[in-house]
Amino acid sequence: MSDIAIELKGIDKRFGLVHANKAIDLTVRKGTIHGIIGENGAGKSTLMSILYGFYQADSGEILIDGRPVTIKDPNAAIAAGIGMVHQHFMLVENFTVLENVMLGAEDSQILNASIAKARVELKRLEKEYALEVNPDALIEELPVGLQQRVEILKALYRKADILILDEPTGVLTPPEADHLFRILAQLKAQGKTIILITHKLREIMAITDEVSVMRRGEMVATRPTQATSVEELAELMVGRRVLLRVEKGAALPGAVKLKVENLTVRDGRGVTMVDNVSFELKAGEIVGIAGVAGNGQSELLEAISGIRRAAAGTVLLNGSAIDVTGRADPAELRQRGLAHVPEDRHHVGLVLKFEEAENSILGYHREPTYGKGPFLDLGAIRREAEESIRKYDIRPPDPRLKTANFSGGNQQKIVLAREMERGPDVLIIGQPTRGVDVGAIEFIHKRIIEMRDQGVAVLLVSVELDEIRALSDRILVMFAGRVVGERKADAPEGELGLLMAGIDGKMEAAQ
Amino acid sequence: MDFFLSLVAILESTIRLSVPLLFAALAGLFTERAGVFDIGLEGKMLGAAFAAGAVAAVTGSVWLGLAAGILVSVALSLVHGYAAITQRGSQIVSGVAINFIVAGATVILGEAWFRQGGRTPALSGSARFQTIDLPFADALRGVPIIGPIYSELLSGHFLLTYLAFAMVPLTWWVLYRTRFGLRLRAVGENPGAVDTAGISVVWMRYRAVICCGILTGFAGAYLSLAMTAGFVKGMTAGKGYIALAALIFAKWRPVNVMFACLLFGFLDALSIRLQGNPLPLIGQVPVQFMQALPYLLTVILLAGFIGKAIPPKAGGVPYVKER
Repeated sequence: MSDIAIELKGIDKRFGLVHANKAIDLTVRKGTIHGIIGENGAGKSTLMSILYGFYQADSGEILIDGRPVTIKDPNAAIAAGIGMVHQHFMLVENFTVLENVMLGAEDSQILNASIAKARVELKRLEKEYALEVNPDALIEELPVGLQQRVEILKALYRKADILILDEPTGVLTPPEADHLFRILAQLKAQGKTIILITHKLREIMAITDEVSVMRRGEMVATRPTQATSVEELAELMVGRRVLLRVEKGAALPGAVKLKVENLTVRDGRGVTMVDNVSFELKAGEIVGIAGVAGNGQSELLEAISGIRRAAAGTVLLNGSAIDVTGRADPAELRQRGLAHVPEDRHHVGLVLKFEEAENSILGYHREPTYGKGPFLDLGAIRREAEESIRKYDIRPPDPRLKTANFSGGNQQKIVLAREMERGPDVLIIGQPTRGVDVGAIEFIHKRIIEMRDQGVAVLLVSVELDEIRALSDRILVMFAGRVVGERKADAPEGELGLLMAGIDGKMEAAQ
Repeated sequence: MDFFLSLVAILESTIRLSVPLLFAALAGLFTERAGVFDIGLEGKMLGAAFAAGAVAAVTGSVWLGLAAGILVSVALSLVHGYAAITQRGSQIVSGVAINFIVAGATVILGEAWFRQGGRTPALSGSARFQTIDLPFADALRGVPIIGPIYSELLSGHFLLTYLAFAMVPLTWWVLYRTRFGLRLRAVGENPGAVDTAGISVVWMRYRAVICCGILTGFAGAYLSLAMTAGFVKGMTAGKGYIALAALIFAKWRPVNVMFACLLFGFLDALSIRLQGNPLPLIGQVPVQFMQALPYLLTVILLAGFIGKAIPPKAGGVPYVKER
């Protein structure tokens, strides 16, 4: 028995012209948490897919526990003791937890015996690793954090000793992420080996023992986590020095641009998601809305931008009312100077099957610049797209490329360029850097500050508290649909954290 | 009593008419639950009916006819499978193509081989399915109420009729109580989950498509070997599409499928019965209206009365491994 769980030697993989993995060497020690970081498209996922048998390497060698193995499909990976928790969960949503865990690992043609066995085994795993979940619950009814737990259980049920997690916290709220890290620590304590793929530097620092950095298909460095720093890792990832802290001057707030009064929004089931919220947004300031995901921020943004109908309240844009309880029209609001960068760029912000150029005018396509009558002026659209590609450094610089083929950061830049470059008075941004890599985050943050300095009123919603604190001039905290407090940008993190959890710091102090 | 007897007669033909729908809808259930949409049920049924009729006529054996029908139907299914699963083509286009090719080919081959205007020769004796009388059917015939129900309604059907209804619980059992069924349902909802669990998505879907072929084979053979004595051109007459409607109507569940097929069979039986007879209060109704009723009903019911019919999530989408 060696103490090396996985050894990759010279793994090389090309997809057509793209050289996704260039002679990768990697050694993962047994019983450790090994982080792999890199920007989107650096080749992390490809490497792990090779390890899990989704793809075959063009050349190279894989050793598990010191023995060379060929992993030709996921079956072979499972047999070798490798389990994978995918970024997009591989769960059947209308199946129960039990059925999902069992799928592919049933013992016999007829299910009854397998079900009974799986139930017993699940109970044991639950106890051993503190992974509680109701085996008869339907996946679609479980919150994301629990769905992820089912993925981990699936791997453990198949007796995995090595667990690969691909961007596991991308979909989690901060408390859920914390919980996940406790689970991972527990698994490590039980002797499991964990590979954590992420682009979030804080997570690497918080939980890993060793970290390997990938950049453009190459493995550029491996460091013991204790011997490295966030700054060094960021530099290794991007290949140049990265400014992690946003530099900004004091805000010079001007006239009120957006005034929200007693806004109430209910969802389809009649549950109140936004409860009597009021605030003002002035020109030249950034107001950040902090809160754990699902506390009404999304619904607030949607109501203001005219996507979702509000139940009650008024919203004034530049002093004149938006018909938020009736027929507010996002297209009309854009004309009136309200730009909106939606939280979910894949479903709301972009049409992924469209070309970059088409997406770069979406929502503004009726403007006379882009054509007369029913016809589009493709030349003008192309020129405009090329301009924003240049200005926002969107890569690859090809306006005819399908949007789905851009990385997350570049997709976000397409949306930002579209919404920012038309001189809005009010800019509403949801999750500006979700799924965006470090280099792009720096750029996006700078642009948001620039917009503020040009006198735009910016409303920022993010579940990343760090981001809210770095960018905002004022911070509103939302909890259970209500604004439970307003703080200055330099308020201590702990105080904001308590507010986000619905605990009023001052009341606590008074008692 | 008169009303009762005519009701029994209508119900008896309801059963007779719903058998091909039931086979075809269950066939569609297998592929669609596995994520392969199949608008080609009609064509497969027609192809099977022709092959069954032709082989039974030539060999004089109903069983060889049935086997030929299933063989042709499975072969057509594999064509659909190759286009939709292996080549990741459009499942709708492939299905429609099968419908058109079969509609033309059966007539051309029929004319070339038998020279009866696209028909196959009329079948009789052992070249055709005979009805089966259940035990004591004759003895009970005279008993009021129970007699007609047992002897007329339940007894005296073809073997395939009983098989069709037996397929309902069997399909349910396969789908919900076997490993094959679990994987089949999973592959129609999230093929990625099946792939990462180490099961071949392609092979799962092919097996589902083959199940579909076998069942449409029975449906077609029933038409030309049992319901009528021989193949007539275009004899499926849209039954494949009604079966699809029944499948959607039943929300892709086996027991619901049976009731949906019985309902459509009933409307069909009613429309035949009412041909030329005025309805009480309403008067004369055009026969076309009665024939359109199953389709109208599907639209109306789907539009609001049965709630949302949610198809298998991965339905119609070829599986491509993500990068």
